[in-house]
Amino acid sequence: MNPFVFVGVGGVLGALSRYAVGEWLPGERRDVLVVNVLGSFALGALTVGFADGATLLTTFGTGFCGAFTTFSSFAVETVQLYERGEKRAAVGNAAVNLFGALVGVVLGASAVAQL
Amino acid sequence: MAETDAHSTGDSTLLSRLEPGLLVAVGGFAGAISRYGVAVVLPGGFPWGTLAVNVVGSFVLGVLLYEARLLGLLSEKTRLVLGTGFLSSFTTYSTFAVQTVALSPTMAVANVAANYVLGFAAVLAGRAAVRRANR
Repeated sequence: MNPFVFVGVGGVLGALSRYAVGEWLPGERRDVLVVNVLGSFALGALTVGFADGATLLTTFGTGFCGAFTTFSSFAVETVQLYERGEKRAAVGNAAVNLFGALVGVVLGASAVAQL
Repeated sequence: MAETDAHSTGDSTLLSRLEPGLLVAVGGFAGAISRYGVAVVLPGGFPWGTLAVNVVGSFVLGVLLYEARLLGLLSEKTRLVLGTGFLSSFTTYSTFAVQTVALSPTMAVANVAANYVLGFAAVLAGRAAVRRANR
């Protein structure tokens, strides 16, 4: 089947899951950080667990994890913080998202590699 | 007649409760396949596709949030389908992180710098564009 279909279905589930996390964790930034770190962990695990082009990687990696995590909301919230004068919080938000996501990828990948 | 009214009220309540999710789902579907399409079209070697969607998505979200905050032109529905649905699915942090880990140290730093600098600049450019358009 067309890989676009799998990406789209994963994208629907990922976007709805992110929306649900936002409803459960109201307040700026926290929900974005949570989805970005969790989604990066999951994508790290899926990338090691499945060969490139596998349907499960396309659906849950490119589709779900790609849609669950977000760069645009992260960028807008970080810029808004900086413009409000909370420069240290803006830099901290940028750093924590990057560090959390990169550590998440490595942990997810090594967890699957050890199975 | 009263029963029919009560029934239709119940339906519309259910629909209005499901509506946010439906809007996010439609936007999420379109955003994910658009991101995939960009990655397929752009050349490999460097994660150009992810960089492109993150910068373009940040620009458009900058436009949307600026309008929503200052002009109140956007309805809640528009924000859900375009912002929470489409743009947040179109852009991605997890793919950016996985691709960064897979790159050589020098290219990894270049990838992070490009996404961050261009992404933040795109938000500001989006706001500036709206500001100019409404002058």
